[in-house]
Amino acid sequence: MSEQNTNLSEYIPDVPEHAGFKKVVLELGVANHPGVMSHICGLFARRAFNVEGILCMPVGSGETSRIWLLIFEDERLEKMIRQVEKLEDVLYVKQHDGEHPVFGRLDEFFK
Amino acid sequence: MQMTGADLIVKLLERQGISTIAGVPGGAALPMYDALSKSEQIHHVLCRHEQGAGFIAQGMARVSGRPEVCLASSGPGATNLITAIADAKLDSIPIIALTGQVPLSMIGTDAFQEVDTYGLTIPITKHNFLVRSAKELLTAIPAAFRIAMSDRPGPVLVDVPKDVQNQMVSFEEYPDVVVPDAAPSFDIGAIEEIAKMIEAAERPVLYLGGGVIHSGASQLAVTLAEQASLPTTMTLMALGAMPMDHPLSIGMLGMHGARYTNYVLEEADLLICVGARFDDRAIGKTAEFCPNAKIIHIDIDRSELHKVKTAHVAIAGDVGQVLSELLPRVKPQLRKRWLSHVESLKGRFPLAMPGVDNPRSPYGLIHAVANCLDDSAIITSDVGQHQMWVAQAYPFRRARQWLNSGGLGTMGFGFPAAIGAALAEPERTVVCFSGDGSLKMNIQEMATAAQENANVKIVLFNNQSLGLVHQQQNLFYGKRIMASRYERPTDFLKIAEGFGMRAVDLDPAPNPRAVLAEALNTPGPCLIHATIDPNEFVYPMVPPGAANSEMIG
Ligand SMILES: Cc1ncc(C[n+]2csc(CCOP(=O)(O)OP(=O)(O)O)c2C)c(N)n1
Ligand SMILES: [Mg+2]
Repeated sequence: MSEQNTNLSEYIPDVPEHAGFKKVVLELGVANHPGVMSHICGLFARRAFNVEGILCMPVGSGETSRIWLLIFEDERLEKMIRQVEKLEDVLYVKQHDGEHPVFGRLDEFFK
Repeated sequence: MQMTGADLIVKLLERQGISTIAGVPGGAALPMYDALSKSEQIHHVLCRHEQGAGFIAQGMARVSGRPEVCLASSGPGATNLITAIADAKLDSIPIIALTGQVPLSMIGTDAFQEVDTYGLTIPITKHNFLVRSAKELLTAIPAAFRIAMSDRPGPVLVDVPKDVQNQMVSFEEYPDVVVPDAAPSFDIGAIEEIAKMIEAAERPVLYLGGGVIHSGASQLAVTLAEQASLPTTMTLMALGAMPMDHPLSIGMLGMHGARYTNYVLEEADLLICVGARFDDRAIGKTAEFCPNAKIIHIDIDRSELHKVKTAHVAIAGDVGQVLSELLPRVKPQLRKRWLSHVESLKGRFPLAMPGVDNPRSPYGLIHAVANCLDDSAIITSDVGQHQMWVAQAYPFRRARQWLNSGGLGTMGFGFPAAIGAALAEPERTVVCFSGDGSLKMNIQEMATAAQENANVKIVLFNNQSLGLVHQQQNLFYGKRIMASRYERPTDFLKIAEGFGMRAVDLDPAPNPRAVLAEALNTPGPCLIHATIDPNEFVYPMVPPGAANSEMIG
């Protein structure tokens, strides 16, 4: 058989550049137990989707927690959100723009 | 009521209707094994390797469509299960993996046989649990079943520390037996739009995936195809959804699909994807797949929609429910022009099956096996050339007739999965087409098959090589054969006999068809050995990374 098909390089997609460095804030309601954080962070890490900031605290009686994620918008964001929504421990995902105040006053702790 | 965590686990499994569990015991699982010794309902199948147990559970689940259970100890027991769990994830198979764990107080201390089973299995399960008290079992076990079988099915792991298994728990009542969650509701407007698109299309193609099998929607899919005259292609996972000999079937698409199948797709102006996910082995180079087609995508998993190909209309819903709504809205059509064009492509570029009349050649052996069986038989395969030949040539005619490791492509899947199938449906004959490389990966389960007297026949394609690798090195790596030929032959007949399994050899038989028929029709496990020429290649083949239209051979 021929060797003409030397174009073997399987298609390797580029990791998208941070499109315009626009930031997005995601708000996640999650079940509060050890392990939830690994489930969520694993999804982002596997797809080389950098999480710039992360905040997590229990809400109310402590049955659930809220996680805030600061990320750069890229074209995969919507697909990413759908993967996150699929996690059993994720109750809801809301998308806010990057100006959301939740990360606002944290700067002083990162000086 | 008061009982130990381990007894509670067994009771909850019984209440979910579990009657067979495959596993291997070990220290951290002993309380569960002790509880199992008291069960009259559950038959425990002692496997020879935990991966075998995982695939036996898969085999049972793939034929029944319901969750089945495998059981292993902590540490190496759990890590040995991992391949089978990952395989279930990629093919959406509902299994529950129960693992023992070191006692809670010792977690994180590098205790004997401690591994972070929970952490290891996060990315390969649909969901997983590390149970921290016996009381939690009351919710975790039912939840495991519910999650495994709801929406898109998948594997769930429940890791139970030994002290939790031994802990006493009191409760008023058993939790309810769980059933699958209701499927997501969908918009009827979108259904109407799909019906219009099908009506308006001139060259539509129906593309069925494993979701059609999971949803039990094969009949509906066939009816849709017939009503709207849709040529229908199936993925590796969907084979059997439409009978291979149905006039509208255009066979399997993708890397080893027939030329005409990929050509028909190339010309399509509408692609109706039902329960499939545009896997790269099926669609080749994404940008060049169905370049002229509008795309309709129906899948229960919302995250699959627009993932690889952006759909013009996408519906997240159970494909059976969606098709039921769609059918009354789709106008019957004959589409004579398109169907006769498809027919002419099929005539000009059919699947070539050289040697189909010779039972000592790959296609011939597959047909000879099929001729000895009826549609009630279950067919599994391992991974390699033999798998692709079977996928191309076996006359599959019903859903759940074909069990295959599609997504992970795991060598070693076929035989234990076949044992699981035979345990779940003992009245059927189960045939595992295997390769000499794949069979060795779970060959120890011959002992399990013999012990269970499972009605499993291995049809071994022995080319003394890792054939598919050998083929790729020949075609794409300048014939530099590296690590794909076995230099020493293996005496599989002796091995089978050593494990207590009958073995027959087609090679010296003057009439291999007669030997085959006798072996396939005699109940109980049997190895059927056949030598296959290592220079037989599977064609056509789309080179990895190329477009489906660029197939060779
Ligand atoms: C567990 C595992 N390891 C490696 C591979 C890569 N692989 C794919 S096919 C193949 C060769 C299979 O050989 P055999 O079972 O003899 O089948 P044949 O192709 O010869 O019919 C290999 C090594 C795999 N799919 N699974
Ligand atoms: Mg081989």
